[in-house]
Amino acid sequence: MNITDQAPGLIIVLPLIASLLNIMVGSWRRAFCYPFAVAALGACAALSVNILYAVINNGAIHYRLGGWEPPWGIELMIDHLNAFIAVVVSFMSLIVAVYSKKSIEQELPADKTSYFYTIYLLLATGMLGITVSGDVFNIFVFLEITALAGYALIAIGDDRAPLASFNYVIMGTIGACFYLLGVGYLYIMTGSLNIADLSRLLPDLYHSKVVLVAFAFFMVGIAIKIAFFPLHIWLPDAYTHAPSSVSALVASTMTKVGAYVMLRITFTVFEPYFSSEVVPMTAILGWSAFAAIIFGSILAVGQTDFKRMLSYILIAEVGYIVLGVSLGNRQGFTGSVLHILNDAVMIACLFMVAGAVVYKRGARNLNDFIGLNKKMPVTMAAFSVAAVSMIGVPPTAGFFSKWYLILGSLQAEKWAFAAALLFSSLINAVLFFRILEKVYLKGSRGQGFKESSEEETSFDEVPLSMLIPILVTAVGIIILGLYSGRIISSIIQFTVPEGF
Amino acid sequence: METLISIKPVLAIAVSLAAVLLIYLTGERSKNLRETWTILAAVTKFTIVASMVPSVLNGKILEYTLISIAPGLSIQFKVDAIGIFFAALASFLWIITSVYSIGYMRSLNERAQTRYFACFAIALSATMGVAFSANMFTTFLFYEIITLCTFPLVAHKETPEAIKGARRYLTYLLGTSVAFQLTAVLLTYNTAGTLDFSNQGIFAGKGSDLLLTIIFVLYMAGITKAAMMPFHSWLPAAMVAPTPVSALLHAVAVVKTGVFVVVKVVLHIFGIDLLQKLGLGTALAYFASFTIIVASIIALKQDNLKRRLAYSTVSQLSYVILGVALLTPSAITGGIMHIVLHAFGKITLFFTAGSIYVATHKTEINQLDGIGRKMPFTMTAFTLGALSMIAIPPLGGFISKWYIGIGALEAGQLPIILVLVASTILNACYFIPIVYSAFFKEPIKDHEHHDEKHNGLSESPAMMVVPLMLTAIGALALFFYPGVFIELARIIMATVT
Repeated sequence: MNITDQAPGLIIVLPLIASLLNIMVGSWRRAFCYPFAVAALGACAALSVNILYAVINNGAIHYRLGGWEPPWGIELMIDHLNAFIAVVVSFMSLIVAVYSKKSIEQELPADKTSYFYTIYLLLATGMLGITVSGDVFNIFVFLEITALAGYALIAIGDDRAPLASFNYVIMGTIGACFYLLGVGYLYIMTGSLNIADLSRLLPDLYHSKVVLVAFAFFMVGIAIKIAFFPLHIWLPDAYTHAPSSVSALVASTMTKVGAYVMLRITFTVFEPYFSSEVVPMTAILGWSAFAAIIFGSILAVGQTDFKRMLSYILIAEVGYIVLGVSLGNRQGFTGSVLHILNDAVMIACLFMVAGAVVYKRGARNLNDFIGLNKKMPVTMAAFSVAAVSMIGVPPTAGFFSKWYLILGSLQAEKWAFAAALLFSSLINAVLFFRILEKVYLKGSRGQGFKESSEEETSFDEVPLSMLIPILVTAVGIIILGLYSGRIISSIIQFTVPEGF
Repeated sequence: METLISIKPVLAIAVSLAAVLLIYLTGERSKNLRETWTILAAVTKFTIVASMVPSVLNGKILEYTLISIAPGLSIQFKVDAIGIFFAALASFLWIITSVYSIGYMRSLNERAQTRYFACFAIALSATMGVAFSANMFTTFLFYEIITLCTFPLVAHKETPEAIKGARRYLTYLLGTSVAFQLTAVLLTYNTAGTLDFSNQGIFAGKGSDLLLTIIFVLYMAGITKAAMMPFHSWLPAAMVAPTPVSALLHAVAVVKTGVFVVVKVVLHIFGIDLLQKLGLGTALAYFASFTIIVASIIALKQDNLKRRLAYSTVSQLSYVILGVALLTPSAITGGIMHIVLHAFGKITLFFTAGSIYVATHKTEINQLDGIGRKMPFTMTAFTLGALSMIAIPPLGGFISKWYIGIGALEAGQLPIILVLVASTILNACYFIPIVYSAFFKEPIKDHEHHDEKHNGLSESPAMMVVPLMLTAIGALALFFYPGVFIELARIIMATVT
């Protein structure tokens, strides 16, 4: 039995077992937790690449857990789309895990670190589970694992984190309920939970009221989970007050995994025809996404807390992804899937920069960025790259996903959507240049700013374990940009649903 | 037309990027070594560009695809007549400006010189990128890089005033290019299915007239670097930058990138025939005429020398657009020739403004009475530059205005002749008084600086005076020997008509 055959199972089992073992490792030698967790996530990353190659070479993988036949047994089904998402999730988890060491040491009491890594691994398990699951109920189970781990990790942040997390628990639970109701209704109608099975059985039932209601429940449930406008209210608080490395992980991956579930439900479980013709879901999603982009961007302008600003930008970025999907054409869908990757890397980079500033300055207001070019030149260079990418200047990654998204909007003749995307680029330009000015230029510091003393301006970078992940994502933004054509032609073009 | 694969355009771009690295590595430790890299890069860049000129004159085109990212999105270079025309101009003037920069920055003991020289080098790389780009994506890419890397140059002094100017600079250039130019590029791709420049335009038989008109308007609104009204006010705001930046970038590289891209859009995206059919050429010509006249009138009222020059630039840039928009052979030749003729004249004027500032710390025109006696070389150069702007033979500026005038007659647009005449008079009105008061008025008695220097010369350093003399002589020489430039302009004409 070779590893490749078992990789789909291993990619869930491995982090799950690692998270349990981690408690034992922690009670023996606390210092070993970090390398242990990093090693486990490194193995996951390797497995995900392995799976991706297998899918590219041999097509979709159907893996039966314990050898049981679907629809009775649990099936893991991996095609180009979720193999791609799994790579994104596992690599981002790994990069942020590497980054977390120093930041967690500073933000958490020492005796909590082993639990931190345990929950962190559980979160990774949950997200990887969602991506590889082949049936809608297992997706629910893993959604809940992810969410519970997420609540816990967010709650250990600063003073206001428990409250933010509590809000998130309530909203998240409502979302999960809706999702579960959707699953239940489909089960009543079809007697199956398997995605492949469902997509075969459902077309005959498209005009059943129960199926329509199930679909609506799915959409609302997922919309809450991905903080899709106007169901986004839990997100800014939760992501602002969470520990730095947690924000970086959840912001870059959790919404993306949720978006993946949305794609699965709308285009695999149900057919594109259903989601656009039978119910006007794509139109609803499109206009909500339009609102998400506009309002997310505008609300971001009003923030003085850097992480909160990023949270609102994230809401707009979720809008990008949904908007592209709603267009119902190849270009738009390509843009969305590409943006899942690009946004994960960009947002992770920005949140890690936020963490680095918190690590050195103890605060993360926009004014705390003043004069950081002398103190943290490398971090700030990475920040500049990410900022330029958010604005969408070629050849950074952000440009290319935006290119496809706008091209898709033009092809669908949805001029307002194209305008919204450009508008958001402009707002991002304002947002980020406002900060870059503080970082690089003296005169912007206004009156009353004390000319910094010698030690203030001296070189004082974050530790290498934080710096390298930041750099990896920043360089990644440029490399992914230059290789976006390759990524599209070898992976993303196969994810586009038929009929697009 | 023969096409060769050559890596030379990439080298021409890369050489100043390599210099950036060396400039940063050397840093403040050894200023002389650091400046050596700049000069070396400038000379190498010009040599590489010059070495491509003979092949282009022989009717060959050099091509190189650096990377093809996705369908329609490839970083690709093509050295044709118009590209080499612009590249040769910018890279030649970079050598002179580098020498001048060293003199200027050191005399004033400016701060952050490493960043200054590094950003300058990147700006020139990106300018080469625009000049040699083979498609609209590559153009857009380098166009944006120019904006980003000149931002620190405008904000150089980091005073609140400089920051304010830089903000306006960025808002206009980045804002319009994302909002309008990018939209235009996307619509172009969506309509034509390609972004590659072609001598006949790429829209033949595609898209409705309305859509094409919208795309054209979006391009014109989005290419703000050309400083056409109403999107011109970033240029006067950018005058807070050190003078060499205003000289090379805001009289040559950046603004000429703008008009260059306009020319490319007119000739290589739309094509002469299509624009003629849509009647957009004439519309653009009158739009440019408006800018020419109004900017000149505003220039009259400016007392700050650099601001007056900036408005003069706004006005003169529209000559290029006017020439090309008339769509007749002579007018296009005139417009394209104006890119180089205006460059030599205007860079001279900015050099002299910097020279006056370094020698006397004067920035306002009313302070310049009698300065010609103290700074005869500088003010002689100024006079030559001014005469070239006004277009008095035997100075270069005359040639382009003459051709544009002929072109207007060919196009049957008599009102354009009036525009040219009016603008010439206005140019004279705002330049001649400066020359007059510099040479013929008595110097104002200066209470703070006592008389010890009053009678003698007090020129700025040789590293500034020699460059400005050179460019002034260039403006003169181009009238007699437009040589290679007119040759290239003919080739451009031959290919697009």
